[in-house]
Amino acid sequence: MSDLVAAASGFLDHYNQYITIFLMVSGLYIVIARGNMVKKLVGLSLFQSSVYLLYISAGKVHGGTAPIIDPGFTVYSHPLPHVLILTAIVVGIATLALGLALVVRINEAYGSIEEDEIFERDRDDK
Amino acid sequence: MREHLPALQVVLPLFGALIAALVRGPVAAWLVTAIVSVASLVISVVLLRQVIGGEVISYHLGGWDPSIGIEYRVDIVSALILVLVSAVAAVVAPFARLSVAAEIPEDKVAWFYTMYLISLAGLLGIAITGDAFNAFVFLEVSSLSSYALIAMGTNRRALVAAYQYLIVGTIGAGFYVIGVGLIYMMTGTLNLTLMAERIADIELSRPILAALAFIVVGISLKLALFPLHVWLPNAYAYAPSVATVFLAATATKVAIYLFARYVFSVFGRSFVFADLPLTETLLTFSIAAIFGAGTVAVFQSNLKRMFAYSSVAQVGYITLGISLATLSGVTGALVHVLNHALIKGAIFMALGSAVFRIGKCSFEDIAGIGRKMPLTSAALVLAGLSLIGLPGTAGFISKWYLVVASLELGWWWLAALIVMSTLITLAYVARVVEAAYFREPSKALADVTEAPAEMLIPTWILAGATVYFGIDTQLTAGLAERAALVLMGGIQ
Repeated sequence: MSDLVAAASGFLDHYNQYITIFLMVSGLYIVIARGNMVKKLVGLSLFQSSVYLLYISAGKVHGGTAPIIDPGFTVYSHPLPHVLILTAIVVGIATLALGLALVVRINEAYGSIEEDEIFERDRDDK
Repeated sequence: MREHLPALQVVLPLFGALIAALVRGPVAAWLVTAIVSVASLVISVVLLRQVIGGEVISYHLGGWDPSIGIEYRVDIVSALILVLVSAVAAVVAPFARLSVAAEIPEDKVAWFYTMYLISLAGLLGIAITGDAFNAFVFLEVSSLSSYALIAMGTNRRALVAAYQYLIVGTIGAGFYVIGVGLIYMMTGTLNLTLMAERIADIELSRPILAALAFIVVGISLKLALFPLHVWLPNAYAYAPSVATVFLAATATKVAIYLFARYVFSVFGRSFVFADLPLTETLLTFSIAAIFGAGTVAVFQSNLKRMFAYSSVAQVGYITLGISLATLSGVTGALVHVLNHALIKGAIFMALGSAVFRIGKCSFEDIAGIGRKMPLTSAALVLAGLSLIGLPGTAGFISKWYLVVASLELGWWWLAALIVMSTLITLAYVARVVEAAYFREPSKALADVTEAPAEMLIPTWILAGATVYFGIDTQLTAGLAERAALVLMGGIQ
């Protein structure tokens, strides 16, 4: 019984990592499995979110507060991962915006955002 | 001023992009691009001269110490890539004006140059930075702008190609940044030099192994290592001609630089190649690229697409050299990085000139082009011969080093494979020659004349360079050998 508790708490200690892995893998799965171009971008965003979580949870210090210097606190979380991820979020937004803009243009040019229909139309007008 | 050159190398094209976006006029934007490209070339040559003796320039951005801030680090390897990228940009600039004016709607020309300069800034940034996360940001800067460049192609397929590249490129960059995050957790630093020092003690820990896997796969997506190349052929085939020239000559090369940096300098040769089977895996994929993508190239009907597949095969030669992890192997890889950039630059420029005059470039369209555009066709054939590796051309030098490297290891079969693969290259180049010279010009070609001097001269500069560097190897092979020595000796 105590083994089980230890295993469960070991699992829970790293729950953030499991969420990271789940987001990463499900994001990639959506990118691969879906033919709808908007849904693919949603998957891509999920995948990128997992990267954010990976960095952020590495910067967390147990019992640490937000990294703003204040005489009342001595333990702070590591600020650098947050700053890095702020940059990565900007990159993610740019990617998503550009991706969606491309999908709009594809929809105008093909009248569809389903990958298989688009490939079919390209084959037809060879 | 002089000590700030490393920062200016990146800042200049970045601000140039801003100015190009603000001036809005097609000619003004082009002028900004041309000036910035030439200035970048001057800066990179000055930097190369400073580090050619083995010195290293360490530039601390904002005065922060490299352990907490971003460091720009120029050694001979990065200087070589900086010169390559900016030289290609400087040669493409005069070519670009007419080609872009013909292929891009007038109100979007300035935006095209803006994206082009941002892409240039990103590529130069990857080569110059000594910071792992900064490299990720530059990777995305150059990628995002190249997606936009590709999407500006005239065919609607360009949109789908750009979209597919965006998906694959983002996954590649994502993998890369996951790998960097894992190393960061283990070493507490993002500086490549410090990483290298600290990784040595914890090599075989699981996060480092996972990081290596993520980084190798992530960058392999970017450098189009077979079978992760599927984004490349369509992207190159349907992008505007100028974008194809620039990206084909530089983008994959910079990714290869980053790959070599990580494999040799950060993780270390003994770890990656002795403890892990990277030689076997990378070699297998490289040979598959050379034969697989080469064979697919033979059966293409669109010339741009054909030479795009050829690029995948040629990247195979480069990764083959890296996978051997010997001095001659890495030298061969670096020489081929330079030579292939020149060759593909010349080929895609010649095709760009053909598109400028004819509007298309499938085999039917260019039949008999040798009589109508003799100088452009001659440049195409010359670069094609160099691609094959005819003695006296630059391509021969690369193949020579690779064959010597395989013989040094006693791998006769590999040397034989490299020589045999030449036949595949010969097959598709011969198809071009046959179509260009041995077929009657079609009716569509009746009014076609030689490309304007503005496009011919840059094409011939690169085509001439592929011959020049096949005879005088001091500059390319000599530099590549020194750079390989630095790589093999670690980042120090």
